[in-house]
Amino acid sequence: MTDAGELRNRTRDVLAAHPPATTERLDFLKARFDAGLAWVHFPEGLGGLGAPRSLQAVVDAELEAAGAPDNDPRRIGIGLGMAAPTILKYGTEDQKQRFLRPLWVGEEVWCQLFSEPGAGSDLAALGTRAVREGDHWVVNGQKVWTSSAHLARWAILIARTDPDVPKHAGITYFVCDMTDPGVEVRPLRQITGEAEFNEVFLTDVRIPDAHRLGEVGDGWKVAQTTLMNERVSIGGMRIPREGGMIGPIAKTWRERPELRTHDLHQRLLKVWVEAEVARLTGERLRQQLVAGQPGYEGSGMKLSFARLNQEISGLEVELLGEEGLLYDDWTMRRPELVDFTGRDAGYRYLRSKGNSIEGGTSEVLLNIVAERVLGLPAEPRTDKDAAWKDLTR
Amino acid sequence: MSDLLYSEEEDALRAAVRDLLTDHCDAAGVIARTESGAPHDLSLWKSLADGMGLAGLLVPEAQGGQGATHREVAVVLEELGRAVAPVPYLTSAVVATEALLACEAGDLLAELASGRRIGALAVALSVAPDGAFKTVRLEDGTLHGESTGIADASAADVLLVPADDGGLYAVDADADAVTVVPQVSLDLTRPVARVVLEGARGRRVGDAEPAVRRALRAGAGLLASEQLGLADWALTETVRYLKERKQFNRPVGGFQALKHRLAQLWLEVVNLRAAARNAADALATGEDVEVAVAVAQAYAAGAAVHTAEEALQLHGGIGMTWEHPVHLCLKRAKADSIAYGTSGGHRAALAELVDLRAP
Repeated sequence: MTDAGELRNRTRDVLAAHPPATTERLDFLKARFDAGLAWVHFPEGLGGLGAPRSLQAVVDAELEAAGAPDNDPRRIGIGLGMAAPTILKYGTEDQKQRFLRPLWVGEEVWCQLFSEPGAGSDLAALGTRAVREGDHWVVNGQKVWTSSAHLARWAILIARTDPDVPKHAGITYFVCDMTDPGVEVRPLRQITGEAEFNEVFLTDVRIPDAHRLGEVGDGWKVAQTTLMNERVSIGGMRIPREGGMIGPIAKTWRERPELRTHDLHQRLLKVWVEAEVARLTGERLRQQLVAGQPGYEGSGMKLSFARLNQEISGLEVELLGEEGLLYDDWTMRRPELVDFTGRDAGYRYLRSKGNSIEGGTSEVLLNIVAERVLGLPAEPRTDKDAAWKDLTR
Repeated sequence: MSDLLYSEEEDALRAAVRDLLTDHCDAAGVIARTESGAPHDLSLWKSLADGMGLAGLLVPEAQGGQGATHREVAVVLEELGRAVAPVPYLTSAVVATEALLACEAGDLLAELASGRRIGALAVALSVAPDGAFKTVRLEDGTLHGESTGIADASAADVLLVPADDGGLYAVDADADAVTVVPQVSLDLTRPVARVVLEGARGRRVGDAEPAVRRALRAGAGLLASEQLGLADWALTETVRYLKERKQFNRPVGGFQALKHRLAQLWLEVVNLRAAARNAADALATGEDVEVAVAVAQAYAAGAAVHTAEEALQLHGGIGMTWEHPVHLCLKRAKADSIAYGTSGGHRAALAELVDLRAP
C-alpha cells in the first residue's frame, strides 16, 4: 500500500462514501482517519498506512480538488507537530488508540507544558515536581509560554520525578489532563497588548501512571523527539521573492514616495538584499531536503529570520514617520492564530522581538551551530553531574 | 526557480581542481611569488588551462571550448578563491572570454579557450556591469591613450581595448607602442596595471558596449563564487586553528565569545553560497540574470571581507604576520569588494531593477 495510484483510489473511495458537500466536517475527518489517509506515514489503524511520507501530497491533492474539509492544522499544530510523533514513538498501544484520532481530527486540542519561569534555555533544570502515589502521580509547579492552554484538552508535560540525580536523568514525560481541577490557566499578556500564551499553575494535579510516556526518568530523551519535530516543522516551504516581513515595507515604499529619504533608502536596500539572500538559503535547504541531502542550513535559518524580522519591522515603523507614532490596537485579546506579518508595522515590530527568544534563543542557536556544525568545544560545565537538588537556582 | 545545489559532475570537478591546487598552489609558494618579478603562476595556469581544459568552459565546443556553463566555472572559481591562486582565470577565462563571445573573433576566442593565450579586458577592475568605462582614442587607425587598474594585464598576451569609436579592439600586449606598467597593488595575487597605447595597432573584433556589459556582468556574478571560496577557506582554517590553539588551559575555540562570532560567520558563508549558486545558475540559464548578479554582489563583499577580517583577528598575533596566509585572503577579499562594482553600487542597481527607487 505504498503506491500513488492505490492511494488515489482509496482517497476517491472515501470521497464517494462520504461526499464532503453532504457530510459533517468531523464525520468526514473521522472517515478519512479510519481509511488511513490522515497521515499516510503513520501505521495502519492509527490514521495511516505505513506509506512513505512523501505520498501524503497525493492524498492532499485529491482531497483539495474535491473540496474536502481539512483538520485546520494551524489550530492544532502542537498536537500534530509535537504530541503525535512523541506518542507514536513512546506511547503504549492504549495511549495511541486513545489519543491520536481525536488529536488529528481536532476534537481535542493539545498544548505543551515544558518551559518554566526558572527553566528557559536550560529546560532540563525544570522544577515542576511529580510525586508517585500508588498508581497516580501528583504534580505541583508552574509552566509558562503555553499557547492554546486555555483551549486544550490535553498537554504534554515534563516534570521532575527524582531530584537526587543529575538534572537530565530525573525527568519523566506525561500526558496531563487540562480539565483536572488542579490546573489553572492564566493568560500571559505580552508587549503587543495581546496574550498569545498562558501561564499554567499546577496544584496537586493527579495524573494516572497509565498517562506516562516512556519510562520513569527517561523524560529528557522523550522530550528530544518532541523538540526535534518542532524544528522539522519549521521551514520546508518555497517562499516567493518579497515573501515574509520584507513584503509590507517594500509595498509601502513603492506606494508612498513622500515617505522616502536617502538614509531609509540605503537601509531598505540593505535589508532587502539580506531578506532575498535568506530566502535563497531557505530554498537551497529545501532543495537539499528534496534531494535527500539534509544540510545544516536549517540551524541558521531561524537566526537569520529573527534578526531580519526585527530589523525590517523596526525600519518600517521609522519609515512611517508620524504614523509610526500610532499603534493599531492595545486591547487584550487571546488570538487563536498568530500571523507575524499580520496587523500594522508597530505590532510587527513588537511581536518580532520574540522571534529571537521563542523556540530557542539566538544565543543558544549560535552555540548549537558552533558545537554541532563547526565542532567547537563546549564551555566547561558544572551542572551535568551534580544532583538537580544541589544546583543554583 | 534556479538549481542551487552542486551536481555530481560539479563535485567531481571541484575535487580535481582542489587536488591540483593542493599539490601546486601552497600558501608559502603563493606568498613567495608575490615578491618575485613574476606574480602570476603560469605553470599552474598551464595545468588548469591546458591540462584540465578549464579555460574554455564557457566557450562552445564548436568554437574550441568545452561547452560547459557558468555553474562549472563557479565551482572552479570557488576553489581558486580558497587557494587565492595567482592565475588569470577570472580575467581571461571569464571576463575576456565573455567579451569575445559577444564579438566575431573566432580565432582569438579559440586561443583563449585553449589557454594558449591569456586575454585581459582593458577596463578598470572597479567598473560595475552598468558603470561608465574609459575608452582610448582611435586616430588614423591606431590607438592612443591610457587605462589604469587593469587586472592581470601584466600576464596578458592580448588586450581587449574599448575605443572612442565604439569598437572593441584586440591589441597584442607585446606589440610596439604598447606598454603595460604594473601598479603596486593591494592584492598582489591579482595585480593591476596601467596600459599605455601610443599609436598601437589593434583589430576591431566587435562593438565595445554590449561586449563590455556582458563581460562585466558575468565577471560580477561569478566573482561571488570566488568570494565564497575565500570566505569558506577563512572560516574553515580559523575553526581548525581555534580548536588547536590553547590559552588559559583550554582550546580558545571553546570560549563562547569566539564561538558566537564563528557561528555568525558560518551563517554568512551559508548565505553567500546560496547567493553565489543562484547567480551562477542565472548566468547559465539566462533567467533573472541582472537581479541575481546584483543580489549576489550586494551581499558577497560584506560576507567575504567580514570573514577574512575576523579570521585575522581570531588568529591573534600569527594572523598579522607576513608568513601566515590569512593576509592573502584579506587582500583578495578587500580588492574583490571593489571589483566589478561595490556592494553599494549593486544595491543602487537593484533599486531600479526591483522598483525600490531613491527619493
